[in-house]
Amino acid sequence: MELAQFCSTSRVIIVAGKGGVGKTTVTATLAVAAARTGMSVLIVEVEGKSGLAAAFDCPSLGYEESDLAPGVRARTLTPDAALVDWLENNGLKRISKRLVQTGALDIVATAVPGMKDILVLGKVKSLDVQRSADLILVDAPAAGHAITFLTSAQGLLDAVSVGPVRKQATDVVELLSDPERCRVLLVTMPEETPVSELVDTAFAIEDRTGVHLGPVVVNGCYEELGVDGTARQGNGDRPGPNGSASAAAVQHDAELLDVFVSEREARDLARAAAFRAERAAIQHHQADRLAQRLPLPQIRLPFLFTADLGLDEIEHLADVFAREVKAL
Amino acid sequence: VTGSLADVVERGHVVICCGSGGVGKTTTAAVLAVEGARRGRSAVVVTIDPAKRLANALGLDELSNSPREIATDRWDPKGERAPAGQLFAMMLDTKSTFDDLVTRYASSDEQRTRILENSFYRNISSALSGTQEYMAMEKLHELDEGGGFDLIVVDTPPSRHALDFLDAPQRLLRLLDNRIFRLLMVPTRTYLRVAGAAVQAFIKTVSRVVGSEVVNDIVAFFRAFEGMEEGFRDRAHKVVELLGEPTTRFVLITSPRRDAVEEARFFAEKIGDHDLAVDALIVNRVHPRFGTEHAAGLRARAASLRDLRVGSKEAAAARSRLAARYQNLADFNEIAELERSHLEAVRVRVGSAAVAFVPYLAHDVYDFDALAAVGRLLFAGAGDADPEPWAEGPED
Repeated sequence: MELAQFCSTSRVIIVAGKGGVGKTTVTATLAVAAARTGMSVLIVEVEGKSGLAAAFDCPSLGYEESDLAPGVRARTLTPDAALVDWLENNGLKRISKRLVQTGALDIVATAVPGMKDILVLGKVKSLDVQRSADLILVDAPAAGHAITFLTSAQGLLDAVSVGPVRKQATDVVELLSDPERCRVLLVTMPEETPVSELVDTAFAIEDRTGVHLGPVVVNGCYEELGVDGTARQGNGDRPGPNGSASAAAVQHDAELLDVFVSEREARDLARAAAFRAERAAIQHHQADRLAQRLPLPQIRLPFLFTADLGLDEIEHLADVFAREVKAL
Repeated sequence: VTGSLADVVERGHVVICCGSGGVGKTTTAAVLAVEGARRGRSAVVVTIDPAKRLANALGLDELSNSPREIATDRWDPKGERAPAGQLFAMMLDTKSTFDDLVTRYASSDEQRTRILENSFYRNISSALSGTQEYMAMEKLHELDEGGGFDLIVVDTPPSRHALDFLDAPQRLLRLLDNRIFRLLMVPTRTYLRVAGAAVQAFIKTVSRVVGSEVVNDIVAFFRAFEGMEEGFRDRAHKVVELLGEPTTRFVLITSPRRDAVEEARFFAEKIGDHDLAVDALIVNRVHPRFGTEHAAGLRARAASLRDLRVGSKEAAAARSRLAARYQNLADFNEIAELERSHLEAVRVRVGSAAVAFVPYLAHDVYDFDALAAVGRLLFAGAGDADPEPWAEGPED
C-alpha cells in the first residue's frame, strides 16, 4: 500500500498499547511519515507527558497547539481541560468554576464513569469536524486503560438516559465505529507478555466497540546483523562455552583479513553477536505467535540502539515505516 | 546505614514495591516474597493484576482476594528453606475488598444492602481511579492487623504516577467528605431547609447535564454511607502510620529506559516529600555490556574494516562479517553506556539504598524456576556488593 493511501484511510488514528512499548515513538514516527506525503498532522497527547516534545527537541506541550516539525503540530488534551472546555461550550461556564472548586465535579465524574474519556474523545471529534488537520493522531492512555478509554462511550449510553453528556457519548460512538473517520493502531513489542496482552486487548476492543483496528505495530525488533545469515544457520554465532567456539570464527575472519583482534575482544564480539542472535530468535518467535493469534497485518519497527529518541531516530523510523506500509 | 536487599526480606515487615507500569513490579514482588520465605519467614505477596501465566504459577484466580498458601515443594523443591518459611499469595480484587469493608463496618444489614446496591457505590468501588490504590492499602492494613505474617510484600497498581497509592486514602476521604453532597445526607425535610436555593439550583444544573437518575444515585449513596466515613478515616491514618514504621521498606523498581527512569526519579523525590525513603532500587531488563571497550572506538574499528581493501570474495565476506560484529558490539556497548548514565540520575536520588540489576532474560518470568533464577541474580551477594555485576554480560 502507498504511504499516502495508508495515512488517508481514516482521519483520526488512535495509537494504543501497554506502557513502555513505545506508543509515543510510534506516534511521532507516523506523524513524520504522514507529513512527508504532504499531509498536515495534529498529535493529541492525552496524558500530558513530556516525551513527545522532547523527541522533537521542542519545549513541552500545552493546551494550545505548537509546531513540532514541518507539517506536524501537537497539543495536550487532558481530561480536566476537556471537561472545562466542554462545560464552557455548553453554556455552563458560570458553574464550571464552582463545580471544580467544590469538588462536586469529581463526584459527578465518579457517578458517570468514563465521562472524562468521553469528553476527551468528544473534543477529538470536534477537532475532526473542524478539519483541524488532514490527520489527527491520538496518543492514547497506557495499558488496560486503553480498553476503558475506547469503551466508555458505549458504557455511558447504558447508564445515562438524557442530557448533553449522553449526546456527547453518542457522537463519540459514531466517530469510533466509522472506519473512514477513525482507526486504532495497536503497538506492542515482540516479547511474551506484551504480545499476550495485546491479543487480549485487541479482542476486547473488537468485541466491545465497533472500532476498526489497523495493522499492529511491532516495535523494537532487532534487525538482521548482516552476517550472511550466520545467526540463522548457526555459523559461528551459536554460543559455545564462554563464546569460545564463535570467538574462533572471529579469529578465522581476522586472519583472512590479516588484521589483529585480541582474544578478549574476539570473545566480546562473539558474545555480543550470540546475544543478539538469541534475542532476535525470541523476537521472531513472539512476532510469529502474534501473527497466529491475531489476524492483523504487522508493521515491524527496528530496535534503536540509543536510549534517547531524537529527530534522527524518528526520521529513520519513518523510512522503515514507509517501507513496511508499502509491503502491506 | 547502607541498605541491602537481604535486609529488605529478612528484617522488613511491610515491603512496598513501586515503579511505573511494565517494569516487572509484580514479578519482583513475587521474587522478594519467595526469598523471604526461603529465609524462614512467613511471607505473603499481594499481587495486582499479574500476567496470566504468573498468576497461574502462584495458583491465583479471581477468587484469591485473601492469601492462599503455596505448597513448599513448588517454591522450594530441594528443601533448602530455613525452618518456618511459608509462602502465601493473593491477587487484589478491588471491588470485593471494598464490599468486604462495607459489610464489616455497616451498622446494620439494611445499611449494607443500601450501599452495596447503589450504582454510584458500584462506580466508586470499581471504576474510580485511585480506588485500586486505596484498596491495596486497606488490604495491607488488614494483613498487618490480622494475618500473622512476618513479611508482607505489596505490589502497587500501574497508575500513571507510581506514587498514587500514597495519596489514594486522602483522595477517597476528600470525596466522601464533600460538602455539597454532605448537605444532602441530612434527612429530606431538614435538607430542604438547610440546603439553600443556591445549592438546589446547582444540583438542578448538574441533573440537567448528566440526568436526574445519576444525581439521585449520588444523593442516595451519601445518605446510605453516613456514619461510615469515620472508620475509613481511622484506617487511612493507620495505613499512613504503617508506611512510616521503621520495619517498612520501599523497593523502587525500574527499567533503564529513559521514561521509566524519569518516573523512578520523580518517585524517589516524592517519597522523600512524604518523609519516607527508598531502601532498594532494582533495575530490570538491563542490557549487558560486553568487555570494556567504548562504543566510539568500536564503531571506528567497524568503519575502518569496511574500508579495508581485499582481494577475494572469501575475504570480502569475512570483512563484512567482522565489520558487522564490531558494529554490533559498538551498538550494545553504546546502549549499555546510555542506560548506565540514565540510571545515575536515579541512583543519586536514592542515597544509600541497595542497588541491584537484573539483565535481559531469555524468557519472561512466570514459574517458580524462573522466579528462583531471578532471586539468585538479586541475592547472590553480587547484587548487594557490586552495583554492576553484569559488566561482563551473561555467561552463555
